[in-house]
Amino acid sequence: MSSENGKRLLETDAGCLNFEATELTLGLPGEPRVTSDGGAKLGSKRGFSETVDLKLGDNSQEVKLGHSLQEAAKSPASKTQVVGWPPVRGFAKRGKKSCKYVKVAVDGAPYLRKVDLEIYNSYQQLLTSLEDMFSCFTIRNYLNEKQIDQVNGIEYMPTYEDKDGDWMLVGDVPWQMFVESCKRLRLMKSSEAVGLGLKTAPKYSSTN
Amino acid sequence: MAEQMSDDDERQQSPPSDLDFTSNKARTCIVTGSVSGHTEFQSPYPDQVLENVLENVLHFLTSRRDRNSASLVCKSWYRVEALTRSELFIGNCYAVSPTRATARFTRVRALHLKGRPRFADFNLMPPDWGAHFNPWVLAFAKACPWLEKVYLKRMSVTDDDLATLAESFLGFKELVLVCCDGFGTSGLAIFVSKCRQLKVLDLIESEVSDDETDWISCFPEGESHLESLIFDCVECPINFEALERLVARSPSLKKLRLNRYVSIGQLYRLMVQAPQLTHLGTGSFSPSEIAGQGDQEPDYVTAFAACKSLVCLSGFREIIPDYLPAIYPICANLTSLNFSYANITAEQLKPIISNCHKLQVFWVLDSICDEGLQAVAATCKELRELRVFPVDAREDSDGPVSEVGFQAISEGCRKLQSILYFCQRMTNAAVIAMSRNCPDLVVFRLCIMGRHRPDHVTGEPMDDGFGAIVMNCKKLTRLAVSGLLTDKAFDYIGRYGKLVRTLSVAFAGDSDMALKYVLEGCPQLQKLEIRDSPFGDAALCSGLHHYYNMRFLWMSSCRLTHQGCQQIARAMPRLVVEVIRSPDEEEMDDCVQTLYMYRSLEGPRNDAPKFVTIL
Repeated sequence: MSSENGKRLLETDAGCLNFEATELTLGLPGEPRVTSDGGAKLGSKRGFSETVDLKLGDNSQEVKLGHSLQEAAKSPASKTQVVGWPPVRGFAKRGKKSCKYVKVAVDGAPYLRKVDLEIYNSYQQLLTSLEDMFSCFTIRNYLNEKQIDQVNGIEYMPTYEDKDGDWMLVGDVPWQMFVESCKRLRLMKSSEAVGLGLKTAPKYSSTN
Repeated sequence: MAEQMSDDDERQQSPPSDLDFTSNKARTCIVTGSVSGHTEFQSPYPDQVLENVLENVLHFLTSRRDRNSASLVCKSWYRVEALTRSELFIGNCYAVSPTRATARFTRVRALHLKGRPRFADFNLMPPDWGAHFNPWVLAFAKACPWLEKVYLKRMSVTDDDLATLAESFLGFKELVLVCCDGFGTSGLAIFVSKCRQLKVLDLIESEVSDDETDWISCFPEGESHLESLIFDCVECPINFEALERLVARSPSLKKLRLNRYVSIGQLYRLMVQAPQLTHLGTGSFSPSEIAGQGDQEPDYVTAFAACKSLVCLSGFREIIPDYLPAIYPICANLTSLNFSYANITAEQLKPIISNCHKLQVFWVLDSICDEGLQAVAATCKELRELRVFPVDAREDSDGPVSEVGFQAISEGCRKLQSILYFCQRMTNAAVIAMSRNCPDLVVFRLCIMGRHRPDHVTGEPMDDGFGAIVMNCKKLTRLAVSGLLTDKAFDYIGRYGKLVRTLSVAFAGDSDMALKYVLEGCPQLQKLEIRDSPFGDAALCSGLHHYYNMRFLWMSSCRLTHQGCQQIARAMPRLVVEVIRSPDEEEMDDCVQTLYMYRSLEGPRNDAPKFVTIL
């Protein structure tokens, strides 16, 4: 059921992309695509709020494959989850917040993706997941445009549109507040982001 | 008299307008009229008079079992029964084709269809297996234009189907979709805009895709006939202003269940418009914004107090427990309370539940712990149905509820008829106690979430507990077992479970004997669903005498082989034997991953996907 959900929400003109690798999954980055009961798969209670670790811009804004995958991914359940057991209906996620899907656009990409913000606990996790999702595209560009240096790839600024329709830099507000107010995400090329009207000064410094 | 004659003829051609399946008062006069000796009555067709009488009498038959019996008496009865059946129930949509159904029952007003088997809800069946509503809606559109009500469970319905429904049936009144999928908000928009007589739109635990269409705005302007609007499962934001206007112009609205995108402030505004509600689903039950602290909170308590007819309360999808006291005024009237989305503690539950003396149906999360269940047992003496769901649905998580709460319930709620209980640990003693304290049990579903888990005090299998249930609960028709179970448990079931119609088995039993006991012992068995149990071909064969009496048999991850299933298929031509595998798996060995078989008048279906092999 979960994987079915993912497929349906994908707006894509996938074309020649490696579909498997970029397939939207309802799971934390790095977890295998096990079809399992929704509640079980998402692991233990997620109510806690992490302090936002704003290391986002420490070195750079680049969106590259995460070094922080271990930190980001919550440790999976100690036992292997059996498909469909216990028999609690997947889409009746009881006692937990259900999905909050937002569209993610990447400048230059021909398709949109959707992510469920509810499955992440921090900016770190979200960005790592986005890196995974769009890594293929990033790599392609890197192959085409040879002037991009190998370490950095193309720089993207993660931005989002909030409830009031303003475009903000991701990372400005506490995570929960971000989840509540985010309507859509856009990974903007850094060069274009310069002209972006920002409501508040970003907490992390711009790169380079 | 000739006049009388022609009246009757007319009635036979067009459907009676007052026909419903509970009563038919207008017809009684005709019975007396034609039977009470009008001696000048010249009837060239005495049979026709009898048929008229029969028709009038059969209108009063509502139970489908009675109707099925009546239809077997003779051809005349068969014909008349078919003409007078207004509600058509089909428990397996593949058991009969839409064409056959519409050919026999031409005056159906209500259609009740069930599709996928229940285990499909737990990802045990690949998507796109089937159960499409499409051929049904098309057949009925052609043959039964007086259809007013459709109830579907576990079927795939497309937006086009919804459009067809709305366009083909002018007087369409009620649509209830339970555990369905395949449609979205666009389909809903078309449906509600064209159904001018709509009274009921109930979407229950269905998957509705978000096409970002504002379907609430599509209800026609002017006074609406809406009596029930249930959309708590719809996972997309709705246009609240449009909803508010809709509620304001629906004076007959009795049931309203909101989705989690409706905040408590918005709920307040709706309740003020509709104090006549009997059933309310509260939506999120939390405020929409974190900010806005200075704003005055509406008087929720008064709003609830004004709803004097409220008997059924649900929702609380994102509850902030601080707001719970708002419902105090109506607790004493409640007969049904659904807290199964509310992660609340025993302390938060107690002030509520201690006032719910009339409660008959209670659904809750195990976050209330044994202590919460004890509070329920102390007050809810009228409780008929209890469902306790896990917050954390994993095998090795902490179990906030156990045999302690379970036993307390059995001691306090003696009138219990139906229980669904998820837990991590249980004892035979507690289950035996319930079998004695609650003799009225009709539905007993215990899910010990750890596979093969024994009685946690004695270390014994759970055989005796379930044995006691089938022995002592003489009205039991539905049973779901769990925990460590040997063949002995199934021996008990076969021996004492004489009324059992539905049985669910998972990770249980030692050998084929277990399944044999059940198939040979339970004459009323109709629905049998088994997963991950060591039952093989020999066991399967022991049910040959009974499979035509069953609606279906499901066996997944057992020990069946293609050969074994093939044998069954050959022996029973009216059985459709489906072997289902995962879509990405090739047909490797002789092992059968999933067997789903059911009786059918139609033979193999023509819409089976590639991963289904029909033997």
